Amino acid sequence: MELLESELLRRALAEVVALGIVCGPLGVWILHLRHTYAAESLAHAMLPGLVLAALAGLPLVLGAAGGIVAAALLVALAARDRRIGSELAVAVTVGALFGLGAALALAPDTPARLSELLFGDPLGATDGDLLVAAGLGLVVLLALGLGGRALRVTAFDPGSARSLGVSPARTSAGLLVLLGVAIVASVQGLGNLLVLALLVAPAAAALRASDRLVVQLRLAAVLGAVSGVAGMALSYYADVAAGPSVALVACALAVAGSLPGRRRAVGVRRGPIEGLAGGR
Amino acid sequence: MSLVEARDLATGYDGLRAALRGVTFTVQEGQAIAVLGPNGGGKTTLLRVLLGELAVLAGTCTVAGRAAYVAQSGRARLDFPVSALDVVLMGAYARTSPWRRLGRAERARATAMLDRVGLAGRAGERFGTLSGGQRQRVLIARALLQDAPLLLLDEPFTGVDRASEAELLAILDELRAEGRGLLVSTHDIEHARRWDRVLCLNGVQIAFGPPGEALTPQILHATYGEELVTLGEETVAVHAHHHD
Repeated sequence: MELLESELLRRALAEVVALGIVCGPLGVWILHLRHTYAAESLAHAMLPGLVLAALAGLPLVLGAAGGIVAAALLVALAARDRRIGSELAVAVTVGALFGLGAALALAPDTPARLSELLFGDPLGATDGDLLVAAGLGLVVLLALGLGGRALRVTAFDPGSARSLGVSPARTSAGLLVLLGVAIVASVQGLGNLLVLALLVAPAAAALRASDRLVVQLRLAAVLGAVSGVAGMALSYYADVAAGPSVALVACALAVAGSLPGRRRAVGVRRGPIEGLAGGR
Repeated sequence: MSLVEARDLATGYDGLRAALRGVTFTVQEGQAIAVLGPNGGGKTTLLRVLLGELAVLAGTCTVAGRAAYVAQSGRARLDFPVSALDVVLMGAYARTSPWRRLGRAERARATAMLDRVGLAGRAGERFGTLSGGQRQRVLIARALLQDAPLLLLDEPFTGVDRASEAELLAILDELRAEGRGLLVSTHDIEHARRWDRVLCLNGVQIAFGPPGEALTPQILHATYGEELVTLGEETVAVHAHHHD
């Protein structure tokens, strides 16, 4: 309970719990629509935006948003060449952008803040950061609720979606936009790399634990929040950095859920995941 | 009344080259049309242009009212957590605003549709655990909930055992009797014989007419080429490689 005594820790805790509640259900849809590769790619590709924002003294959220938009445009542009294809387009664009971001961040004139960008710093969250994360998170949850039917049809039977009044391409693009929003919201708390753990791990555990969609969505939110609380406790008592602790706890939950004797996973055991540009 | 009127229709995927051309046929209320052709011959392409998913590159194509699509049940993600009732309810999505819940009336109708296809007791079962024939019937129930006068069925007998096939055929006969139009793509020439018209496609239209006129050995050879196996004077079979 000492955790709750300091204002700093309370704010950090609120930040990671809010992120966990949002990233859990979002992750369930990302796994069902097989966009894990896109999630990882988006998270990496926004690094140059973050670094530039840090250099210019702008809020990280702005840099993250700019970085994601630039990355999405570049991937879409590269994927238009059919000889390249969407997966290779994502891999090359993301590799190049991550390299560019690292080069900028490690330049001699740049203040040493790279680790904060990559791995976040929930303890450095201000009231403003918390408000932005909560607001963006609310937008994501609301959109997931409204788009639930379209997501269901797209995940289950994309070939029939159009005749059921759903555009699978638009639904997938919408999910990737929400993913971008969630990553932007998480930059301060978890950084652009560790957010992936909170997106994928609680969702993977929830998919293994239940074969009912509603239960999976709710359970993922709970597991996301639990990862936040347990991760902050681990960080406090074991004196480990906060962001990585949250990520480690989330992944430990996913591993525990996949131990032998548990239910087989739904949707996570399938092969390559469609790329950022919408895949095949 | 004509549910579909196509005249010298050409369509394709990239908007430039036609994957299918020269298609002229009609579907009247209460008619079942078999669409025969080899893989890649244009069967699914035809269904997709009727759904409005592909552009008409030449000719005309009018579809009166809505068309509902019944995909091959194996194309759906069998590991996705939805019940049979959930799948049928998808037929009501297009007419329900995302802000509103699917009401009790829609649920009752969906249950009634499952009952119609003989699956009343299976509403809560997971779609992926049903047999191939049962899954196909769930997808037909979904099309019925869409209230469409025209049903487009894409190889509905693929992966279905004999007993379920008979049940499916009985359901299709019932739908035809109540005035719905059916367009059924199939590899089975024997099924095609029992329906009102047969449309043979192989990139172009080879024939359209009553089974007696359209299912001659010459037309079937022109439609299937080397995929056709002759088993006797009257009997022919198609060496079919189904899509995966």
